[in-house]
Amino acid sequence: MRGITKAFPGVRALDDVDFTLHAGEVHALLGENGAGKSTLIKILTGALERDSGEIRLDGTSVDFQSTGEAQSHGVSTVYQEVNLIPAMSVTKNLALGPSEGWPGVISWRKARARARAKLARLNLDIDIEQPVGSYSVAVQQLVAIAHALDNETSVLVLDEPTASLDAQETATLFDIVRDLKQRGMAVVFITHFLDQVYEISDRISVLRNGGLVGSAMASDVSRKDLISMMIGRELGEVEAAYSGKASPQTGKEKLVAKGVGRRRTLKPFDLTLRAGEVVGLAGLLGSGRTELTKLVFGAIRADSGSLKVNGKEAGSHSPRRSLAAGIAFCPEDRKAEGLVGELSIRENIMLSIQSKQGWLRRLPRGQQEQIAAEMIKALAIATPDAEKPVRQLSGGNQQKVVLARALASRPDILLLDEPTRGIDVGAHAEIITLIRKLCSEGLALLVASSELDEVVAASDRVAVLRDREKIGEIVGGEIRRDNIIRVIAGDDDRQH
Amino acid sequence: MQSRAIWPLLALVLILIVAGLISPGFYEIRIVEGRLFGNLIDILYRAVPTALVALGMAVVIGTKGIDLSVGSIIAIVGAVIVWRIKMGDPHVAILFIALGAGILCGMWNGFLVAALGIQPIIATLILMVSGRGVGLLINQLYGGTDPSFESAFLQGLSTGSIWYIPTRLVLAAGIFAALWLLIRRTALGLFIEAVGGNAAASNLAGVNARLIVFFAYVLCGLLAAWAGIIMTADTHTSDPVSVGLYIELDAILAVVIGGGSLAGGRIYLGMTVIGALVIQSLTTATLISGLPPEYNLIIKALVVLTVLFLQSANARRAIHRLVYRRAS
Repeated sequence: MRGITKAFPGVRALDDVDFTLHAGEVHALLGENGAGKSTLIKILTGALERDSGEIRLDGTSVDFQSTGEAQSHGVSTVYQEVNLIPAMSVTKNLALGPSEGWPGVISWRKARARARAKLARLNLDIDIEQPVGSYSVAVQQLVAIAHALDNETSVLVLDEPTASLDAQETATLFDIVRDLKQRGMAVVFITHFLDQVYEISDRISVLRNGGLVGSAMASDVSRKDLISMMIGRELGEVEAAYSGKASPQTGKEKLVAKGVGRRRTLKPFDLTLRAGEVVGLAGLLGSGRTELTKLVFGAIRADSGSLKVNGKEAGSHSPRRSLAAGIAFCPEDRKAEGLVGELSIRENIMLSIQSKQGWLRRLPRGQQEQIAAEMIKALAIATPDAEKPVRQLSGGNQQKVVLARALASRPDILLLDEPTRGIDVGAHAEIITLIRKLCSEGLALLVASSELDEVVAASDRVAVLRDREKIGEIVGGEIRRDNIIRVIAGDDDRQH
Repeated sequence: MQSRAIWPLLALVLILIVAGLISPGFYEIRIVEGRLFGNLIDILYRAVPTALVALGMAVVIGTKGIDLSVGSIIAIVGAVIVWRIKMGDPHVAILFIALGAGILCGMWNGFLVAALGIQPIIATLILMVSGRGVGLLINQLYGGTDPSFESAFLQGLSTGSIWYIPTRLVLAAGIFAALWLLIRRTALGLFIEAVGGNAAASNLAGVNARLIVFFAYVLCGLLAAWAGIIMTADTHTSDPVSVGLYIELDAILAVVIGGGSLAGGRIYLGMTVIGALVIQSLTTATLISGLPPEYNLIIKALVVLTVLFLQSANARRAIHRLVYRRAS
């Protein structure tokens, strides 16, 4: 790809970018949110038209009008969000798309054989008659890759394939990627996890603000250089963001949960959140982190226990009542539970504060614009204006809008579920800094995260979960990666 | 105003221009018996029931719902009016009883959709199918032999006039203003659009999504009831079998012509009225052009198709590409 340029209204998404992909290599494409990774990939795969520049595939100039056309030329993509139909069986999902034989006629016998062959290529042994939705996200991801691959595929684009995979699943995926590489396939790998970049990539390219910052062999560039290439500033700042940790405080008790739980969801737990303190929630995928935050917020109704907010008993608990009592919540899945995509950034930010005010007392437009502008500035949301529909923002900026909504409601207690999911290093540091700052202003914070380093960096106290049960707490200087892992693994003498 | 608002307006203007070409004197407005008369007034006059129903529909569609039962609500309201008149209630009270009947119907729909979680198209289908039967049963309450009536008060609301202007237009303008204030000057509009766009996210953001959806159907029932009062007073009779038949389809069309999407999340009140006017001016123009009435439906379909085609992002992109290619 040579001199690729693409402009959207108000934003120059890509500016004269060169990108070269060699057969038999894994090429990591890095950059912050909004750097232009997705745009570049969409142009490569025909989902977007470029304004100028040239794409050559095996020496011949190509101009894909659609993803289907790109795929027939051997360029396939697996997107960040799994694009499968959950209720349909694996066979049926794999049979979607270009098919052989009579148009509109499917031989299920052949489709099954093809599905098996495709899965065998990835060493995936699953029941192909089961609906895709019944498998874990990891398996779904592999099925999506199987769907994207056919015999002619020479270029495979993986857009954040590991975002929802655990270490074991990631290892499996990487084995497959290495195997594909051996067979001469060129793989573009987009991710935010730097460890994984070094683990699997041969070559690294970094984009920033729509321009190519640099391209180098993975062995020639250090981790520190890489991060400064991505965020355009020295790593010191990022490290500083992590280091401002206060000692555990004994602030006012903001929220006291006693024996709160729900059958088949989470065993009853006790939890206290204090003003000026960050409590981290650590645990493996499925250990009940999300469930705990939702129980505290009232998004899942508890069937046992009692909850006190600011000293007052919270009877029947619901998101609306929680907000009124001064609790705000940022859900994990911003697309499904966080944002209203069609509404503007301003409207999304206003939603909680407005529902707290009640429908009759509408905030005047001028005040709305002021609050939105403040939030956009405070959280450094990259957008030309506040009236842009939220779905047009990049993932990290969307996450910031969810956070902005929660903060605009001026909460005493803030619950964050995976606040940095799918967010780049720069925004990550910004959000951690923000968390510490809020906390120093007397907010009580609960942060659930699958990234252990994040929990360690952000928390004054860590509650550890395993198998839908809170199994312990770690305080102050004891908060270290190895300690948390030991508790999760079940080493009893670490539990308090 | 967004650029896509141009197309329905353009369609309306175009229809009126064509009508003027076909029939000289189309734009003439004169005063007869202390009231304005003319084709343009007639279009506004006849569009009122559809426009009212369409406004309620716009709110319901904004929540990602739909209300198929509006025609049946009109039938029930008509039957209730005649029943209460035969029972000798004061006519002012009957006005409120009729509106109450519409609200009750809306509450039923809202209960099925918001509380029981039935899909809107099925939930409102229940009242759509049963409502006309309910209307006939209400007619049975007073024997049902002669469902015609006289009421100076109710007919005044429908066919009378104030300062040369048909009363129903004045009232409709008032209702539109009130609705606009309710949706745009309170936070209700934001909540409805948020719930229509993403109900789960709205709930977690503190919006009472169920109550909002329930309220939308009640509002729709209320507006349909007003349309029912106008139509019943106009015909002086209750005819549950055929009154307001297919009005739900015109209302949905009006919303969609006005730029609303059945995917929910946006309410365009002003454009919905324009949509209703497009539909009515087409009907009127076809009638005065002397074409047989059966052409009306086909012409309507073609115009609607054209407007929707021009509003479609895909079609616009294709046209843009075509023009751009030719130019370069």
